[in-house]
Amino acid sequence: MERPFAITLEVGSSLANKTGTWRTERAVYIDRMPPCNDACPAREDVQRWLYEAEEGGAGYERAWRRIVADNPFPAVMGRVCYHPCETACNRGELDQAVGINSVERFLGDVAIEHGWELPAAAADTGKRVLVVGAGPSGLAAAYFLRRHGHAVTIREAGPMSGGMMRFGIPRYRLPREVLEAEVARILDLGVELELDRKVTDVEAAMGEGFDAAFLAVGAQIGKRAYVPAGTAAHVIDAVSMLRGLEAGDEPLLGRRVAVYGGGDTAMDAARTAKRLGAADAVVVYRRTREQMPAHDVELEEAEEEGVMMRWLSTVRRADEGRLVLERMELDETGFPQPTGELEELEADALVLALGQECDLSLVEGVAGIEVDDGVVGVGPNMMTGHAGIFAGGDMVPAERSVTVAIGHGRRAADNVDAWLRGAAAPATPERELAGFETLNTWYYADAPRTRRPRLDAVRRQSNFEEVVQGHDASTALFEARRCLSCGNCFSCDNCYGVCPDNAVVKLGRPGERYEIDYDYCKGCGICVAECPSGAIQMVPEEI
Amino acid sequence: MLEQLEGSQAIARTVAACRPEVISAYPISPQTHIVEGLSDLVRAGDLAPCEYLMVESEFGAMSACIGASAAGARAYTATASQGLLYMAEALYNASGLGLPIVMTLANRAIGAPINIWNDHSDAMSQRDSGWIQLYAETNQEAADLHVQAFRLAERISLPVMVCMDGFILTHAYEEVDVPSPERVDAYLPPFEPRQVLDPDEPVTIGAMVGPEAFTEVRYLMHAKQLEALDLIPSIAGEFESAFGRRSGGLVRGYRIEDAETVVIALGSVLGTIEEVVDELREQGVRIGALAIKCFRPWPSQEIRAALSDVGRVIVLEKAFAVGAGGIVGQNVRLALGGGARIHDVIGGLGGRPITRRSLRTLLEDVLADRLEPRLLHFLDLDHDVVERELERLRRGGRPGPHAENIVRELGIVAARPH
Amino acid sequence: MAEQPVKHYQVGTFVIGNRLLDPDQRSVQARMERSNTLTSGHRACRGCGEALGARYALDAAMRATGGSVIAANATGCLEVFSTPFPESSWQLPWIHSLFGNAPAVAAGMAAAMKAKGREEVRVVGQAGDGGTVDIGLACLSGMFERNDDVLFICYDNEGYMNTGVQRSGATPPAARTANTKPVGSEPGNAFGQGKSVPLIAMAHEIPYVATATVAELRDLEAKVERAMELRGARYIHAFVPCPLGWGSASEDTIKLARLAKETGLFPVFAAEGGEVTAVSKIRRRTPVVEYLRPQRRFAHLFRPEENREVIDRIQAGADRNIARFGLIDGEGSGDV
Repeated sequence: MERPFAITLEVGSSLANKTGTWRTERAVYIDRMPPCNDACPAREDVQRWLYEAEEGGAGYERAWRRIVADNPFPAVMGRVCYHPCETACNRGELDQAVGINSVERFLGDVAIEHGWELPAAAADTGKRVLVVGAGPSGLAAAYFLRRHGHAVTIREAGPMSGGMMRFGIPRYRLPREVLEAEVARILDLGVELELDRKVTDVEAAMGEGFDAAFLAVGAQIGKRAYVPAGTAAHVIDAVSMLRGLEAGDEPLLGRRVAVYGGGDTAMDAARTAKRLGAADAVVVYRRTREQMPAHDVELEEAEEEGVMMRWLSTVRRADEGRLVLERMELDETGFPQPTGELEELEADALVLALGQECDLSLVEGVAGIEVDDGVVGVGPNMMTGHAGIFAGGDMVPAERSVTVAIGHGRRAADNVDAWLRGAAAPATPERELAGFETLNTWYYADAPRTRRPRLDAVRRQSNFEEVVQGHDASTALFEARRCLSCGNCFSCDNCYGVCPDNAVVKLGRPGERYEIDYDYCKGCGICVAECPSGAIQMVPEEI
Repeated sequence: MLEQLEGSQAIARTVAACRPEVISAYPISPQTHIVEGLSDLVRAGDLAPCEYLMVESEFGAMSACIGASAAGARAYTATASQGLLYMAEALYNASGLGLPIVMTLANRAIGAPINIWNDHSDAMSQRDSGWIQLYAETNQEAADLHVQAFRLAERISLPVMVCMDGFILTHAYEEVDVPSPERVDAYLPPFEPRQVLDPDEPVTIGAMVGPEAFTEVRYLMHAKQLEALDLIPSIAGEFESAFGRRSGGLVRGYRIEDAETVVIALGSVLGTIEEVVDELREQGVRIGALAIKCFRPWPSQEIRAALSDVGRVIVLEKAFAVGAGGIVGQNVRLALGGGARIHDVIGGLGGRPITRRSLRTLLEDVLADRLEPRLLHFLDLDHDVVERELERLRRGGRPGPHAENIVRELGIVAARPH
Repeated sequence: MAEQPVKHYQVGTFVIGNRLLDPDQRSVQARMERSNTLTSGHRACRGCGEALGARYALDAAMRATGGSVIAANATGCLEVFSTPFPESSWQLPWIHSLFGNAPAVAAGMAAAMKAKGREEVRVVGQAGDGGTVDIGLACLSGMFERNDDVLFICYDNEGYMNTGVQRSGATPPAARTANTKPVGSEPGNAFGQGKSVPLIAMAHEIPYVATATVAELRDLEAKVERAMELRGARYIHAFVPCPLGWGSASEDTIKLARLAKETGLFPVFAAEGGEVTAVSKIRRRTPVVEYLRPQRRFAHLFRPEENREVIDRIQAGADRNIARFGLIDGEGSGDV
């Protein structure tokens, strides 16, 4: 076609005009640290596996594989983790936190159901590592060490693997077949497990040809407090009770049971007592509900099951069939002080749940190892003061939880590997936290959280069936899709769409995201303002 | 085949024979009978395929033609007077974009005071709009010019305005041989637009052009108009071969071979002029007439050639530049340079008849050197009326030398009997 | 494209793309093969809402018609920034004629296509608010009344931005423009009677009338698609913030469009044959101050002290819209 001079132009010819020269600021893609990932003691890439799970179908296996890259216990985690990820979740400020834990459980269960296997061990390095304790920390360390290609031997003092996952957590919270399935998967990677083999001297044990050791002894000894007791009084400690139950010894507690303490173990003990037939289970705690260390979910479930609470009370004396309690009150610093007011509580048994300790006899006298306040000092790389001996889990200074223990196992394994190779400790790049204020929450659909169904309260009091049931596929999918993908691009195409200058290039293949075409980007910042997840930022142009 | 019919009907049927694909018009006297006739033809299915848009204004009419033409359709409209002014902005746009729209202008005076009768002040107001302006002397020629106009417009990618005197031609019943569709088809090829809005070959039409290229764009427009000066006679020649009669062209002389005096005019008044010329010739006056058929582009060379030996020129025009003088006269001066004495005479304003008697009186005054060449003359002006009014105004204000001049001129002319 | 029934796919259909949606249901703007009818290198200001709106609308029209669209464009920012010689940013057949005649030019184009038997070629006319609600209104009304087969889109940025930010018939009350400065006893644009071309269009009972904003792409695309399903005169009035004219931050363009809708100041709805058929409900009701405050054209309402009276009048206008269009369930009749 003839184009009259100047009046009629060729289409698309403005591409010759590089409007990028107008720019004073440029848009740049970034990846911020999602709060869930940041809060995860096991350093799971929560956001990433939720992203995979959102797709459903084949996405589930990819999601599960993302989890086990960091944590070999998704099904266990989905039941016992206190999910600090959800506490940190930005969605909590919008409506309710994403039910990350429930999705993890769903994925863990699907994996067991389908028999998905963990990634294979790496080629043999010829190095041997001793792991002491077959609890969550030790098993996690074994798993990651195998993936580094090291030979692993776990020595466990008890008759079964699982540690506190088995002996400290009642089966109504963690069914044993779930635990065993996930442990078995680790052992299948070629981990040697020696049961009933208590290590009493770690240096001696290492002398059997081990190049390094990871110590992960659980806090299995119940703390005893002095409670004056009559000869006929029935006083036992919670850990022993739970362990006995696991070994097949059903303790005789009577109809009325008092539990002394305010942690998760106290809740577990009281709830177990109800299941063992107690008509009354009363938790006696010397402070207030707000100060209680037990997690809210445990307390809520306990109360639903009829467990009663005596706040601001201490046990003064235990006699047959009754306890003498003293009422406390908080002083101005919030510390409980005795009031001298006494009262009686009918109780056939008193269960003490006042905390646990580790048996650290294996490190006694080992050069360089420091023990302080019942725990072993370690550096950031989880190594004790003795070269080649690493430690983690309950026996090092940290919060005691299964997830923390797993995180230690993983971190220790990576550091053992680095140490064995003579390499520097693996570093994690620092990333800016993706705070709520970096999000544009307009774009997220209104979607209140789904809840996992719970066993009917009456029914669950009398048996050890799992209380919290899992998601089905549709609700798990729904929950996964509530993720805001804080701080990281999830390919929503907003930037690609909202640019008035078509200066965002969509790369197209899955996971490839976008690029800014700086030839045309005028630096308006709309893509930054309209990015739902805060994954773009403006950077001043150097002029 | 010759038929006795109203000029407007002849135009409607001729335009229909040209197969316009889009007609868009707004009614205004004296154009109405043309577009009514076309509406009938479209509604009856006699003109098909054709879309007739009954728009809300002349601005809309021309705009719709712009859209239609740019989309590759042969587009036609008709208007007059105020309507032409109301589409003025769009006229410039159509020519600037080089869109071959054809329009009938049923020439009519512009108000205020409102007046529906014929003169050329509408067409003259748009003489610089970039449109080609052709003037018809008769209804036969008006019909023929439309056929030529489409051919010209589409050959050169410029819009063409066919000017015909309102009422005098549009409403006159005369014998016309309406060009038949078959012969028009043979003469006028289908519209092949130079540029068109087509999804198969997208272009951007109507760019904003700044100082860096605007002059060149205007120069090219001028060059295109000058090119039309060559094209118009050849198209008229081809028309004559096809239809067996002469119509159009740039200028037409009447008894000017040995003329010492020539009357120049546009449009239907030529008939009257020719009669007076004949009368004077019979008395031995060497006088002739020159019809300007194409006012834009201005056929300077052709006029100069036609009047090379003429000593006296009377330009009789139906419009003038208020406060300046004759419009056609100025253009004639441009064509002739020094040479002849040129008289600008304004007549026929707002439909006042130009009679043979007035014309003859005028020419006799000229031949007797009673008319001052440098002054603008108004044919049949009622001197009493204007003198009284001017006198009244003079009493209210302080007259300057220019006002004195016009009164003095009136005094000279008024002293003579009509 | 129909409104998406899909919920909770992380972001629903609020975002432009959603990898979890069936490919057929994805927005036009999410597609790599979108037409980019208005391509890079245009000279619109940073953050121009009109440039965005035009691409959104025309890309949707192109997709709906298999790329068979020709467009007429009125004089204005959109025309000037897209076609300064020697460069054009358009990638579809496009013509600019005059300021006030785009509806008539488009009508002529549609007539040409009909006469040529090429009715698969669809015609879009477009203009800013000046070219639509003011100088182009007569031609627009004629196009409506004749029911010409044209989709006309007004990109409303509430003023004559191209000529230096003067008021138009679409400029809101109290807004500062170059000829309604915040001086005198009634600072900013006067509280007039308003001029809703969507309602004027509805009074013509044309097949389709809709309003939309650049903040809700899916809605805008769905409306363009619906419009292209129909024949006859159709009108979409798209709200496009102007950082230059409004004195807003360039990155706030979409945010302000969103707020205009969420405050009720710009009701988003659709009408067929003169009857309202759909209303976009307000999702998070917002007081007008949140919309007014980020715009310097309303700065005089907040400095030196808050002009409560004027703000209340503006709020009352928003509340009236909410009641009239039923923008919030349970509030007002929704009888327009």
